[in-house]
Amino acid sequence: MLEIIKQPWPWYIAGPLIGLTVPALLILGNKHFGISANLRHICAACIPAKVPFFKYDWKKEVWNLLFVVGIIGGAAIAAIWLQNPASIELNPKLVEELAGYGITNYDSLVPGQLFSFENLLTIRGFLIMIVGGFVVGFGTRYAGGCTSGHSIMGLSNLQWPSLVATISFMVGGFLMANFILPLIMAL
Amino acid sequence: MAETKITDAAFDTDHEIRAQDSVCINESHLTHKWYHQIKYIVVGILFGVAFVKAEIISWFRIQEMFRLQSFHMFGVIGSAVVVGAISVWLIKRYNAKTIYGEKIEFHPKKFNKGQIYGGLLFGLGWAMTGACPGPLFAQLGTGAFAVLAVILSAIAGTWVYGYFRERLPH
Repeated sequence: MLEIIKQPWPWYIAGPLIGLTVPALLILGNKHFGISANLRHICAACIPAKVPFFKYDWKKEVWNLLFVVGIIGGAAIAAIWLQNPASIELNPKLVEELAGYGITNYDSLVPGQLFSFENLLTIRGFLIMIVGGFVVGFGTRYAGGCTSGHSIMGLSNLQWPSLVATISFMVGGFLMANFILPLIMAL
Repeated sequence: MAETKITDAAFDTDHEIRAQDSVCINESHLTHKWYHQIKYIVVGILFGVAFVKAEIISWFRIQEMFRLQSFHMFGVIGSAVVVGAISVWLIKRYNAKTIYGEKIEFHPKKFNKGQIYGGLLFGLGWAMTGACPGPLFAQLGTGAFAVLAVILSAIAGTWVYGYFRERLPH
């Protein structure tokens, strides 16, 4: 059994499980699935600075912060005890492209050759980690949600603004991965 | 139920602004003892395990998705939406209640242009960092500690949005 769990889970197992988070949170306490709001709660709790957007009772949303604590814990459990010993299997075209940028290590889910503290001081690393992180935070709040809030919760509730947001996410990602990222990676 | 009490008056002082900006709105009108919150940690743990085991927190899988080199991510998101939609439909159809007997509430989302501008910006960041806000925390959990820099930067981005919010087109 453990051997099966240790294998990477196919989409038709993982997707429905993630989808079940939606009714689980609703039934456990009327909570709407969404994660990016956490970043806002952290701002409201730590650096509100009299900005009206951060003046609300963030303590009412503590469940959302605890949900993230659980995600960190669950990821640690999976990484420590349920880890797949083999490297990730990728499309050979991607492997070839990444090799051109010097990315050759597939041992971890996040490429250590890109995401490291030393790389923060390189132009490539700074753009990918700091600028990338900044637009993730800025963009999700501007859009009113991220992939969990809009693409999963919003679409599950048949909200057309969430469909607009999801399409925008995909367009942005497609542009970055195919046209902009290759330029950054070549730096 | 003895430890629960209704706090309607304190609820929803800024529902309008939260409905627009924060997808996860706390709909519950009840307040509970602290240990009732533990269940959200448990759901988070299961969710975090699924994130890692399905490899959707992998920077590489996100690159594959946006290069249309793999069906995996589309399958995960697509089947999650189908299961979520069926669940929401069933909850509405049978008027399901929460475990506290409270009615489950849904609020319609309003369209604003932020969903396009912000969505595009987030998409750019998603393909760069290989992570959306949930996976960022999961990546940290797997021991990729440099991702802490990405998370701090995402918090900074959220703050800057909040600061300039009134001056941005919505």
